[in-house]
Amino acid sequence: MDNSELIVCEHVSCTYGNAPVVDDIYLTINRGEFVGIVGPSGSGKTTLLKAILGTHPVAHGSIKRVEHLQMGYVPQVETVDWYFPVTVEEVIVMTRTKSRWWPRISADEREAVHTVLDRLGIGEVSQRHIRELSGGQQQRVFLARAMFRQPDILVLDEPTSGVDVRTRHEILHLLADLHADGLTILLTTHDLNGLAAHLPRLVCLNKKVLADGTPHLVLTPEVLEATYGAPMEVLEHGGMPFVIDSARSTLRVNKIVART
Amino acid sequence: MLLALNFLEPYGFQFFRHGIVVATIAGGLCGLLGVFVILRGMSYIGHGLSHAVFGGAAASAVLKVNYFLGAGLWGIISGVLIARVARRRVIGADAAIGVVTTASFALGLALMSRYGQASRSIEAVLFGSVLGVKMGDIVAVSIVAVIGVTVVVLGYRRLLFSTFDRDVAQVSGVRVSAMEALLLVMLSLTILVTMRVIGTLLISALLVIPAASARMVTNSFSRLLWISPIIGAATCFVGMNAAYHLNTSASATIILLDALIFVGVYAFAGTRSRVKMASLGHV
Repeated sequence: MDNSELIVCEHVSCTYGNAPVVDDIYLTINRGEFVGIVGPSGSGKTTLLKAILGTHPVAHGSIKRVEHLQMGYVPQVETVDWYFPVTVEEVIVMTRTKSRWWPRISADEREAVHTVLDRLGIGEVSQRHIRELSGGQQQRVFLARAMFRQPDILVLDEPTSGVDVRTRHEILHLLADLHADGLTILLTTHDLNGLAAHLPRLVCLNKKVLADGTPHLVLTPEVLEATYGAPMEVLEHGGMPFVIDSARSTLRVNKIVART
Repeated sequence: MLLALNFLEPYGFQFFRHGIVVATIAGGLCGLLGVFVILRGMSYIGHGLSHAVFGGAAASAVLKVNYFLGAGLWGIISGVLIARVARRRVIGADAAIGVVTTASFALGLALMSRYGQASRSIEAVLFGSVLGVKMGDIVAVSIVAVIGVTVVVLGYRRLLFSTFDRDVAQVSGVRVSAMEALLLVMLSLTILVTMRVIGTLLISALLVIPAASARMVTNSFSRLLWISPIIGAATCFVGMNAAYHLNTSASATIILLDALIFVGVYAFAGTRSRVKMASLGHV
């Protein structure tokens, strides 16, 4: 597979007002990769994602995207106005803004919508209002919209936030399948065990990139403490790292043990 | 027979014929743009813009500039200003709009009381008047209506996309700021050509109520775009006739009819639609 560079961030800083949100970021995304950005809230995950997408200005440094890069963006489901009067079909077709001047959805487009929905396993919902969908279906519809443009890279902001365990599994498997088909995926998440530990490459972010590599390399107590500013323990479970938040009581016990 | 004659009686007056044509087209136009107003939470901007245009109308009357030229330019400039201010979050868009538009409104009031024929014309501008409607107004409202329909048809998906999901639209190559500016310019123009008949104070109701009523009967964006203008145009047409026979203010009658339809739909559509209304929280 061609694994050329798709996106190269060099010395990137972004500000919000006067306060720097991300600072001196170096990050390269290659074709065919599946990358997760992890970090606590306020660490600049979403800002960095938006800078990569081109919707947040870059204060310093540069973000180079390969020419004619098509990005498919899936926003957090919490930011969607679920009461907005649109059907699933309308949501997906609205991304085709240039091919037609007449508003009506053409037969070709309807077929293309069905192809994408079928691929994501929700072929039957195309005529429904977006409010009438389950959590997993909602996430899939917005994934379908991003896929409809046949993107080079899929960008997802917190795809598992606010969803139940079953939906989280569904999303994870779906993304793994899409990645296996050759799609490049970049996402942010705060879900270390449910999502991040399953990805091939993780980037730990807290204003700066603190670590970048496989979960085994990145999910270590040292890196996690540097990222989250709180002590964490890492266990091994089923060949994968499993992060637990060190409770205060355990800490005290450790200190006592250390003293004695 | 007598009833029919009675019904046709107002049509013997030229001012009424002109007035009802302008009102009906304006009602449809406001219904069309109203869809974007309610879905984007722009009702306060509509309210503010009508007040800003009032300042422009007064200034152009004093400076003896053509109303459409003077007030139109004023309205477009305030529209663009509002769009720019609304993007900065330091003051809060609503406060900024409040400052820009009420200042403009106050300027209009001051100019009219100093130089105008005082109270009578002020009342006409505030509450609308069918008496002063001329052929020029029909031409103006027709042109804006044609532009409005063209913009909505040609820009349908881009307008829908940027209204529904601004960030993703931007990533997908839609020039969302241009779309916002376009809508604000259309809104300014609509207010400009509607103001003389409906009046400054009641225009925002005509922008909000038909679209809100239509929203309760449909879940489809495309259907909303024709149901809302039909409600707007029909209430303006019926309202104008009713106002003549009941000897009430035309604009007040139209808005009351709109409100009546809203209440009727709200009561009739039941709880299911009340859930839909949650999206209109800002209206």
